[in-house]
Amino acid sequence: MSTLKFQSQAVAKPYFVFALILFAGQILFGLIMGLQYVVGDFLAGAIPFNVARMVHTNLLIVWLLFGFMGAAYYLIPEEAETELHSPKLAIALFWIFAAAGVLTILGYLLVPYSTLAHITGNEYFPTMGREFLEQPTITKIGIVIVALGFLFNIGMTILKGRKTVINMVLLTGLVGLAVFFLFSFYNPANIALDKYFWWFVVHLWVEGVWELIMGAILAFILIKTTGVDREVIEKWLYVIIAMALITGILGTGHHFYWLATPEYWQWVGSIFSALEPLPFFAMVLYAFNMVNRRRREHPNKAATLWALGTAVMAFLGAGVWGFLHTLAPVNYYTHGSQITAAHGHMAFYGAYAMIVMTIISYAMPKIRGIGEANCNRAQVWEMWGFWLMTVAMVFITLFLTGAGVLQVWLQRLPETGEALSFMATQDKLSIFYWLREIAGVFFLIGLLAYFRSFFIKEKIA
Amino acid sequence: MSESFTKGMARNIYYGGSVFFFLIFLSLTFHTTKEMPERDNRVNLTESVARGKALWEDNNCVGCHSLIGEGAYFAPELGNVYIRRGGGNIDAFKSFMRGWMNAQPLNIPGRRQMPNFHLNDQQIDDLAEFLKFTAEMDVNDWPPNDEG
Repeated sequence: MSTLKFQSQAVAKPYFVFALILFAGQILFGLIMGLQYVVGDFLAGAIPFNVARMVHTNLLIVWLLFGFMGAAYYLIPEEAETELHSPKLAIALFWIFAAAGVLTILGYLLVPYSTLAHITGNEYFPTMGREFLEQPTITKIGIVIVALGFLFNIGMTILKGRKTVINMVLLTGLVGLAVFFLFSFYNPANIALDKYFWWFVVHLWVEGVWELIMGAILAFILIKTTGVDREVIEKWLYVIIAMALITGILGTGHHFYWLATPEYWQWVGSIFSALEPLPFFAMVLYAFNMVNRRRREHPNKAATLWALGTAVMAFLGAGVWGFLHTLAPVNYYTHGSQITAAHGHMAFYGAYAMIVMTIISYAMPKIRGIGEANCNRAQVWEMWGFWLMTVAMVFITLFLTGAGVLQVWLQRLPETGEALSFMATQDKLSIFYWLREIAGVFFLIGLLAYFRSFFIKEKIA
Repeated sequence: MSESFTKGMARNIYYGGSVFFFLIFLSLTFHTTKEMPERDNRVNLTESVARGKALWEDNNCVGCHSLIGEGAYFAPELGNVYIRRGGGNIDAFKSFMRGWMNAQPLNIPGRRQMPNFHLNDQQIDDLAEFLKFTAEMDVNDWPPNDEG
């Protein structure tokens, strides 16, 4: 029995399931890397750190993309009030993307990276070996093809249906995601130019168009779970994404402080990126405001918890932890330290991992034919997962921040000759890395509790 | 939010604001790319430097190291390693690099381990030329000291 408004929304299911499987892989590789930080030769022959890191970050990107696509396939038909243009295309693209993703990860794990570069013909069209864009060129082309098919499918759906603000904002975000990815194909021999336009993918994704995607999904969930008038929610959505782009586009400048670029970027980047927390703060106000003004008691308490949680954690991780090291005079000392790692972890978890789990929490009971919400017991497990993962991430962030502050103190602040070397500094940080690894184990336990919630059935009295 | 502030006004700020600031961003980018030849050391971008960059990428060096602060934070910053290990002398740096790359993995128990990438002398020299190139870019005096 299905409880969906439109049958084609069900194509979101494989996307969500596969996203969560990849998420589990991401966490396992994170734990391996965390251990390599303190037991340097752990698995060094089988899975060198650079491979583990590539798998960890690429799995993150790919599972979030699966999550965003699943979210779009779920909410766009419901918003447009029409069936998806082509469910068959959506399923075909799922298998293509999943196969390409799995093959790429296996390539990372099974052969040396230089061999992978060679057999995929990287010398003819070099795009590999740049942080987060390590995928072979052929995989990148595959991603573009999948993205085009996906955008065609949801674009046609919107075209024939109702054009709501949520759908238009989501579509804008997804088109932007595809367009800015094209910069990954530009890889000049000049490292400064390479880095400058590399940020067009990386920054304009996570501090630009992805915020549109997050805002649209959050708005959809808030309309559904609170019953607050659509007009009010859409007005907030516009205000939030306006702030996100007005601050975030020129905020890109915070990556151009130390990059063979003019000094004015230190002013532009500092001023605009200092304002980047504002949209996230507005998101917190808005989420709590809407939930407080709710006109209905939605039985899916877990989904509401995720929605509030993602707003708060995105504000802390992206907003507060971003601000910590975004001003140029501060960034001079913190650039590329463990403080960056601390920010990266909480920002990605809070803004993007959690928004995907928000829509999964809301949509899966309906897709699976359970109803408006899972039974109470399953929701309790899910909320245990929420709290364990979220609190563990807070601790991971705090420990990495501690490591980062000490690293700056020992390695960056003293003069040449006085400063400790990188490796000597790392030895001094090991207590923080051990604590981070322990927090990581708690994160995994939280993930298992979260997974368990999908298998809890209502007890028949 | 106040009733007098309508959805239409919010929408106009969104469209107007994003287009306006995106255009400013594009203009600054245009100006920056005009200025960069003065700073990015491109007059010294030789064939060897270009090959070195390709080797840097093909071996995923950025998966452990950072380069001018970007990359992974598992192993030392290499944007200025030419200064730190070569003292700003290319011959000294090349001989250091040959010794270092060929000594990997060090196999010191418990120590973070760099793989051996099986590069020949020519390739190691190219990599050294690339790292000299990055060290000589004008990046507004980053890093704060030679330790990176």
